[in-house]
Amino acid sequence: MYRKGDNAWYALFVLPLSLVFVTVVVIPFFIGIGYSFVKWDGMKLNPMTYVGFDNYSRIFADSRFWTSALHTTIFTLASVLIINLLGLAYALIVTSRLRVRNAVRAVLFMPYMIGGLILGYIWQFIFSDMFKNLGQLTGWTRVFFNWLLDPDYALVAMIVVTTWQLAGYIMIIYINGIQSIPDDVVEAAKVDGANFWQTLFRVRLPLLMPAFTVCLFVTLSNCFKMFDVNVSLTGGGPNNATELMAMNIYSEIFLLSNYGYGQAKAIIFFIVIASITLIQVYQTKKREVEL
Amino acid sequence: MKKAGRLAIQLLLIAFCLFYLFPIYIVFVNSFKNRQELYENALAFPGTFSLRFYSEAMEKMRFARSFGNSLLVTTVSIALIIVLASMTAWMLARRDNRLSRFIFMTYVATMIIPFQTIMMPLFQVMGWIRDTLHIPMIDTHGGLIYMNLGFGSSMAVFLYHGFIKSVPVSLEEAATIDGCNRFQTFWKIVFPILKPTTVTIMILDVIWIWNDYLLPSLTLSNIDKKTIPLSTQTFFGVFTIEWNLAMAGLMLTIIPVIIFYIAAQKYIVKGVAAGAIKM
Repeated sequence: MYRKGDNAWYALFVLPLSLVFVTVVVIPFFIGIGYSFVKWDGMKLNPMTYVGFDNYSRIFADSRFWTSALHTTIFTLASVLIINLLGLAYALIVTSRLRVRNAVRAVLFMPYMIGGLILGYIWQFIFSDMFKNLGQLTGWTRVFFNWLLDPDYALVAMIVVTTWQLAGYIMIIYINGIQSIPDDVVEAAKVDGANFWQTLFRVRLPLLMPAFTVCLFVTLSNCFKMFDVNVSLTGGGPNNATELMAMNIYSEIFLLSNYGYGQAKAIIFFIVIASITLIQVYQTKKREVEL
Repeated sequence: MKKAGRLAIQLLLIAFCLFYLFPIYIVFVNSFKNRQELYENALAFPGTFSLRFYSEAMEKMRFARSFGNSLLVTTVSIALIIVLASMTAWMLARRDNRLSRFIFMTYVATMIIPFQTIMMPLFQVMGWIRDTLHIPMIDTHGGLIYMNLGFGSSMAVFLYHGFIKSVPVSLEEAATIDGCNRFQTFWKIVFPILKPTTVTIMILDVIWIWNDYLLPSLTLSNIDKKTIPLSTQTFFGVFTIEWNLAMAGLMLTIIPVIIFYIAAQKYIVKGVAAGAIKM
């Protein structure tokens, strides 16, 4: 149903947002690829020099970057696993017929509403001063000491806080998945004599694969890109032991003023995230079953 | 027996929930304590409930000011995202040609780009706009709203597009025959139908923009312009942290969020679920 003047309407509706979008996302993305081939300190008066693939080859010898990549991987794998297990468990509890289910759901989701930066600050107090305090009060100094001063425990603290933030969010997605499983399928399994665990593993979990695809995607990309909690909980410390990749890129560009080199890292970061999430979605989608 | 078991499970769950809220409890009790009380026992209830630290924290983080800033940036960003993204998505869905498909795919494909990959070149572009076109894009609320609009557009267009595809065109055709132009058709007929998606986008974007830290921290340096997450940072200096003051400050930032959460819980849970499932 095209009429005269339709192209003008099209432009009027599509152009304003697309102009903003192109200047904020598309152009920066493409010129960002260009910046990754130069050496520059970010000062307008100082020249940029073209260095070809030097920035990329430099990354291979950057041990601080590889340490942060390793910690990001450990952090992401552990967080994704724990968050999904807990989120699923919460969802199963909340979709039961217990009377407290709505209150439980409300409480478990609440941490997600509070931003990562604020959560990190709250837990910074708990893991440092409060734990030290508890150690003095109880004498259990093997558990209660300042976790944020120990490289390994500080990373565990990161995982704890991220789990506290995201498990309730993931729960909401699993709840939706559980509720979309038709009752008659579960009833049929029960009539056929399946017990609780059999219906769970043979009927409900396979039918939950679509929710699982989404949850895995959301947790993978959120954890891999984690920045806010990193800033406020550990600040990357002690001695950069908990510096994740997002923070490493941030410091390379804005604190060390290596704009070109930092941008090369940012491009690698993009390629890694894009490949991981695309492979994951492809793999889990393949396993989804249709009724 | 079965009844008793159920009761036990419910009690266990309630205990677990209280344990889950424990960090909030810690912030609450310690926001009333003086330094000595706080380091004696961080778990204990405060002796007195004086609001001294609250007023001190309010002043230090310029609470009223930064709260207003956050409110302004969040509402204007979301209003613009909703208006412009719904219009764009509608046209792209209804005029289904190669150009529309290309534009739509560009919006969707860029969702996978992490912010860290764009942030540095983005500020080069914003600096260029400021220097050559003389539009103040950096260290202004307008500039921040502009960037929020850019970053929020992909998901909003994607969600609206999906919804519009499921709405039959016949109503819009009838409106056109009755003499409505495209603008009237959209605002009078289509936009009201999109309400569920509008609510979803509003909820998701409130959570994102209100709590957003990295982007505002890169652009807002003027202390009068800072948003809530940025002003919370003032308690966490490089050297010592005055924890009792910081706790009062954190409590101040949490309270509005909790009030909003309690008031709009039904929509929030639904919106968050709907937003994630469509991804």
